Amino acid sequence: MTEPRNPAACSRRRFIVAAGAAALAGFSGIRVAHADQAMVDEAMMKLIGDRKPGDGTMIKLDLPEIAENGNTVPLKFEVESPMTGDDYVKSVHVFAEGNPRPDVASFHFTPASGKAAASTRMRLAKTQNVVAVAEMSDGKVYMAKKEVKVTIGGCGG
Amino acid sequence: MKYAKLMLAGATAAMVAGGVALAGEWGQYQVEDRRSGYTYMTDETRFIQNDDFENPAMLWVEKGEELWSTVDGKEGKACQSCHQDAAESMKMVGATYPVYAPEIEKLINLEQRINQCRSERMGADEWKWESDELLSMTTYVRHQARGTPMQAKVDGPAKEFFEKGKAFYEERRGQLDMACMHCHQFYPGGQLRANVLSQGQSNGFPTYRLKWQKVGSLHRRFRGCNKQVRAKPFANGSDEYVNLELYLSWRARGLPVETPAVRN
Amino acid sequence: MAKPRVKAPSSVKKGQVFEVKCLVSHKMESGQRKDRKTGEPIPRMIINRFVATFNGKEVFSADWHPAISANPYMAFYMKAEESGDLELTWIDDKGEKITAKKSITVG
Repeated sequence: MTEPRNPAACSRRRFIVAAGAAALAGFSGIRVAHADQAMVDEAMMKLIGDRKPGDGTMIKLDLPEIAENGNTVPLKFEVESPMTGDDYVKSVHVFAEGNPRPDVASFHFTPASGKAAASTRMRLAKTQNVVAVAEMSDGKVYMAKKEVKVTIGGCGG
Repeated sequence: MKYAKLMLAGATAAMVAGGVALAGEWGQYQVEDRRSGYTYMTDETRFIQNDDFENPAMLWVEKGEELWSTVDGKEGKACQSCHQDAAESMKMVGATYPVYAPEIEKLINLEQRINQCRSERMGADEWKWESDELLSMTTYVRHQARGTPMQAKVDGPAKEFFEKGKAFYEERRGQLDMACMHCHQFYPGGQLRANVLSQGQSNGFPTYRLKWQKVGSLHRRFRGCNKQVRAKPFANGSDEYVNLELYLSWRARGLPVETPAVRN
Repeated sequence: MAKPRVKAPSSVKKGQVFEVKCLVSHKMESGQRKDRKTGEPIPRMIINRFVATFNGKEVFSADWHPAISANPYMAFYMKAEESGDLELTWIDDKGEKITAKKSITVG
């Protein structure tokens, strides 16, 4: 869970950087650390192996353009599909490219779902792309992305 | 000509996006120039407040309802024993508190009244200010007044405390040397980094703040505001905050009780 | 953990697709926060699995990570061919479960 610190950095510089980060993060004690592309790729590979996602034009990803607050960002999606026994959406995996850990959630559907759609609320640490990867019953995978702007508010409390 | 129209449309869109209302647009959430914090939120946040199922704060209202009929304390009573149906007996509390209490010769607010009932009449322990129990009970009780216009009494014996609350509101404090009025009276609609400043109205408290990810009390918000201008916050239930609470109730006069509101 | 809230129609037509909404109170402690006083990291404690079954058969499920907000909200769809019980289960990192049940009549 903890990110390795550079032991060589002088303590004063660390203090200034930490103070700056603390000021940015406010009083809530959130660590400002973000995933890199390697982590996102690794998280995706764990779920879909080395399958390359095609363009997810059938995925409708509903997210606010600007999040009121990064703690509670409404997420809604729907994947067009017949949702029958041999042609349905198995899972939709959601990632947040800029969060400390990119995994957000995986949603698993069955033909009894009727619709491959769901909504929930997520935490976003900063402005970033939210990625939805749909895994179909025939093994094909598709991806859609949307950027959500998350800003540091000026007025905590 | 066309360009001017486009400019006006663009400016209007920007104003609406920035929380500046067009005349009559906010319905019950605006009275004269007093606007509920509801009007400064994004569509998504308002959506969460508008639906009682979507609103996570309703979990606290439900808990409050449970506690209302739960016996607690040496006297073997529940709130319900004396107050019967909350929808009837509590229906004006959210719109009128804090009130002058002759037995203590100063204002009493809802949290204090609940604890006074518990300790003096139920023989039960007082609840901590920001505890789930007290938050649930205050949210439940104020919720009974939802939709009722705020109408606190600020004359008679309450006047002295109202004036104190007003003075507090206008007094500079903290390293940033700012008063409540600077953000909430001079600059609502303006921006503090990415937050849109509201009028700091109290009609939706206790409120589910997305930032807190839970329901929080008005005094919690006061403490946060004071810390933000780098002033030492006062204690929950302090005279300063209870007087301020009355002043804020007056500032919100006519706005509907929205408890439990959803804010950023 | 507190009582969950569930919203689903009490009666539906056979094969009709309908929405189920639910909300449960839970801090969803991410493990990213530090205790303000001690500086120690607050350990992760989240609900990491949500399962919806109808008459014992899974219709929808989800794996949650710390990026899911506190007081997690979940809305999904399903259809029913016969009357029965919708059962929702939330499981946390310790394996503790919360459940909720709703009867649905298929007309």
